[in-house]
Amino acid sequence: MPVNNIDSLPVTRYTSQSQMRSPGQLIKSMWRDLLRSRELAWRLFIRDVNAQYRQSLFGVVWAFIPPIITSLIFIFLNSRRVITFGDVGIPYPAFVLVGTILWQLFSESLNAPLKSVTLAQPLLAKVNFPREALILSAFYLVIFNALIKSVVLAGVVLLFGLQPAWGVVLAPLLILAIIVLGISLGLLVTPLGLLYTDVTTSLPIIVQLLFFVTPVVYPPPQTFPFSLIGVLNPISPFIIAGRDLITLGTISNLTEVLIVSGLILVLLFVSWIIYRVALPILIERISA
Amino acid sequence: MTTRLLEVEQVSKKFCRTLRRSLWYGMQDLGRELIGRDNGHTGLRRDEFWAVKDVSFHLDRGETLGLIGHNGAGKTTILRLLNGLIKPDLGEIIVRGRMQALIALGAGFNPILTGRENVYVNASVLGFSKKEIDRRFDEIVDFSGIREFIDMPVRSYSSGMTVRLGFSVAAHLEPDILLVDEVLSVGDLAFRTKSQVRIQELKDSGVAIILVSHNLHTISHVCSRAITLDRGQILFDGNTEEAINVYRSSLISRHEEMRDDLQVGTGEIRIRGVDVLDKEGLQIEEVAVGDAIKIRFHYFASQPVNNPVFNIVIHVLNSHQVTGIRTDTDGVTTGTLQGEGYFDIDIPHLNLLPNIYTIDAVLFHEDGYTFYDRSNKIAYLKVRGGLDINGFAYLPHTWSMTHQVEASSTLSGT
Repeated sequence: MPVNNIDSLPVTRYTSQSQMRSPGQLIKSMWRDLLRSRELAWRLFIRDVNAQYRQSLFGVVWAFIPPIITSLIFIFLNSRRVITFGDVGIPYPAFVLVGTILWQLFSESLNAPLKSVTLAQPLLAKVNFPREALILSAFYLVIFNALIKSVVLAGVVLLFGLQPAWGVVLAPLLILAIIVLGISLGLLVTPLGLLYTDVTTSLPIIVQLLFFVTPVVYPPPQTFPFSLIGVLNPISPFIIAGRDLITLGTISNLTEVLIVSGLILVLLFVSWIIYRVALPILIERISA
Repeated sequence: MTTRLLEVEQVSKKFCRTLRRSLWYGMQDLGRELIGRDNGHTGLRRDEFWAVKDVSFHLDRGETLGLIGHNGAGKTTILRLLNGLIKPDLGEIIVRGRMQALIALGAGFNPILTGRENVYVNASVLGFSKKEIDRRFDEIVDFSGIREFIDMPVRSYSSGMTVRLGFSVAAHLEPDILLVDEVLSVGDLAFRTKSQVRIQELKDSGVAIILVSHNLHTISHVCSRAITLDRGQILFDGNTEEAINVYRSSLISRHEEMRDDLQVGTGEIRIRGVDVLDKEGLQIEEVAVGDAIKIRFHYFASQPVNNPVFNIVIHVLNSHQVTGIRTDTDGVTTGTLQGEGYFDIDIPHLNLLPNIYTIDAVLFHEDGYTFYDRSNKIAYLKVRGGLDINGFAYLPHTWSMTHQVEASSTLSGT
């Protein structure tokens, strides 16, 4: 029940002033809300998982289907020599399966923030809760899917008799980096996506395009100008390193991975600030 | 030491009329915000208007403040500003303590999940911790009165049950300031009473409440103070009864200027106007409970019409219908009419409780349902007095009392 001393109550102030004017306070409140949102995020995550599986006969099986279908297509094309990618060092089916699953994780993470925030629009317009909860619960959901997909990854390793070195234990870190990259990029376009449906419409097209300029179903090209794919595309180093770690247990592009990881953390932070500052302005537009 | 829980200083908020521009302005505002420039000092852009203009007020501990005004007066916008959902364009809002809103009933409900699961989700969204929910769960479910359905999926609930569950969760919040928007009217009568009792409990425990409702009785019973809003501005701030009076006068003046000249019906005969007269035949604006009045119904028939049906409908202002009077059900034959004329309805005792009533006039064909003409809110009627009694019908009555001091002696009086 309310305490009697009003002076001891926390004070909140709403003005028209840009939040960017007081960065110290902004960052402090971001951190505070992140901590505050943990329980709610977990609750929302549980809700979404429950709702998703309660109304599904095959449940988790659906998590395996898309990467397997995509892989089958390329395995078929490769075996018929319609397209050939040369020697990839390991059996091609294993190569393409691992690549596709990692890719799928990235594309899920990319879509997750916008999806989560869009679904919560009615809630956002009416209740003041820590907005970080939506992103955090989206993150939990992607991690959950990643755990399911890890089973397939392990299956591939066993099935093809691959014997990765001890480095394979670092694979989860790589997977985490892929997820964080996807979420950061997704979070960056979320504010715009709340205003204009163009973002939601164009995301799958962009993802499709990215798929072909990322060494997912083919090894990284060595000849110029195609070798740029491995350099300019921020996802490439992670797909390459992730696949190497899972199938071979070694990593060949450590420097790149470390540099891009640093950049991802910066990107995540920037996206978060934009999201946070943008929401009050956007809510006014989407619910008027 | 201050007792102010809430201070609103010259707050303004603008909205945009067209969606396309609104979204584009959203982009502009976002850009400005990101490069650290303040919004709002730019004045109105094209298609924008002030939804809330220069509003200042404050709220103390234990106060219950009503916000009244017609649709679009800015009530909900003010609540959303207070709740921090949207930013003011000008001015400043200072909130002390935990503010919560009884607005989005069942926020975050997922129809697939059971009532129990949804209580947990909903309560988390509203800011309860897991421990708090565990502690209050039984209380919440008992309040909702749907315990036997709590483990069924919410999509099998009736809309009433869903809202009750949502209300029950929200009503167990423990804020310093509570915002309530039009939710005291959910559920059946018993549940409504329970809700109002709950609000009273919160009030007694020192929670400051801001209540938005179209039900003036709720406002007048619950609120110690009220603010009347009109077109985003404060018309009046103070005593609840006075605020309600100001609101009503603003409604009447608004209704005068907005009377729609919508022409419906076949139009062979049209309504020229409706006058409210006293028994001497003089136009009046106000009457006392039980007065004799005359309602005069003017018509003009451009061609001969046979036995049209005259109909008067009385509504509580902006609310439910009170009664209707028709020539056909009263067995009155109006004959063949042409040209101008009027009919009078004599009402010897207007047994309506104090309030403002509006009159609709309708002209039907002889069949009783095809329109010649219809005119809504063509006149209004004010019955003097305060809103002490809920309802609209005054039953003429006397009291007598039997007090049994001993078995043999009785007292009586009127």
